[in-house]
Amino acid sequence: MHWNSLNDFFAMGGYGLYVWGSFGACALGMLIEPLLLRARRRAIVARVPAKELME
Amino acid sequence: MNAPLINWYKFSSPATFYPLAAKLIPWFTAATILLAAVGLWISFFVAPTDAQQGEGYRIIFVHVAASWMSMFIYCVMAFWSAMCLSFNARLSGMMASALAPTGAMFAFLSLLTGSLWGKPMWGAWWVWDARLTSQLILFFLYLGFIALQSAIDDPRRADKAGAILSLVGVINVPIIYFSVQWWNTLHQGASVSMTKSPSMAQTMLWGMLIMALAFWAYSITMALLRVRCIILEREMTNEWVKKNALE
Repeated sequence: MHWNSLNDFFAMGGYGLYVWGSFGACALGMLIEPLLLRARRRAIVARVPAKELME
Repeated sequence: MNAPLINWYKFSSPATFYPLAAKLIPWFTAATILLAAVGLWISFFVAPTDAQQGEGYRIIFVHVAASWMSMFIYCVMAFWSAMCLSFNARLSGMMASALAPTGAMFAFLSLLTGSLWGKPMWGAWWVWDARLTSQLILFFLYLGFIALQSAIDDPRRADKAGAILSLVGVINVPIIYFSVQWWNTLHQGASVSMTKSPSMAQTMLWGMLIMALAFWAYSITMALLRVRCIILEREMTNEWVKKNALE
């Protein structure tokens, strides 16, 4: 554990923008994708009653 | 009494695979979270500072994981495409379509994290280097696969068209992998290979491998989630869907 303080951790040795940009983009992508999939599933499930009514 | 015959094809139909995927998803989700937690812990608190790049090298933990996954997912997609074409298997085509968006995301993240790493270390966001260019082509192949499939109404024909495109594009993956050896590239060579021992510090190596495993478990989880959606969308009119799928 060689981070002296929180600021030191965020500064990331001066590369903060690049390191947190990279990790942040990955975290963002890997959080949004499951949410989109959950929304997609809800839309499918919601559509079923309408289809059954049509038959 | 003959040996019990294993029905290898038991889960090869959408109806039988659908419940199996539901059982697998929680396990792979747990694996993803656990591996990511350990991987991130190593990335920031265990792996030492690099002699030349200081703290900036920590991007390796996501850059390599995303890059490996973008190539690996494409190969798995090509495999399912081959199954779809040769066995005319509906589920195989669905699996290929289920993998593409996640693969495209990782190809993009690989390019983005690489660019964010290249700026401080090489002084450039982008160079037309063999590795970077072939990875960009991989990204376009993913987008092409998704666009082609969404442009064709009939899902079965879209599967076949996508399968042909992905199989044609699979030659690009070894090109990416060997690009650093074939051409004199700015991108460094493989630090980890099957032939020689890794030229990396142990903790850095373990951090990278565990993050790669986390991204791998994540990709499986997304593929299983998405293939369940695809199965529902395509098999909506079937009886089995109405009966028990929409619990």
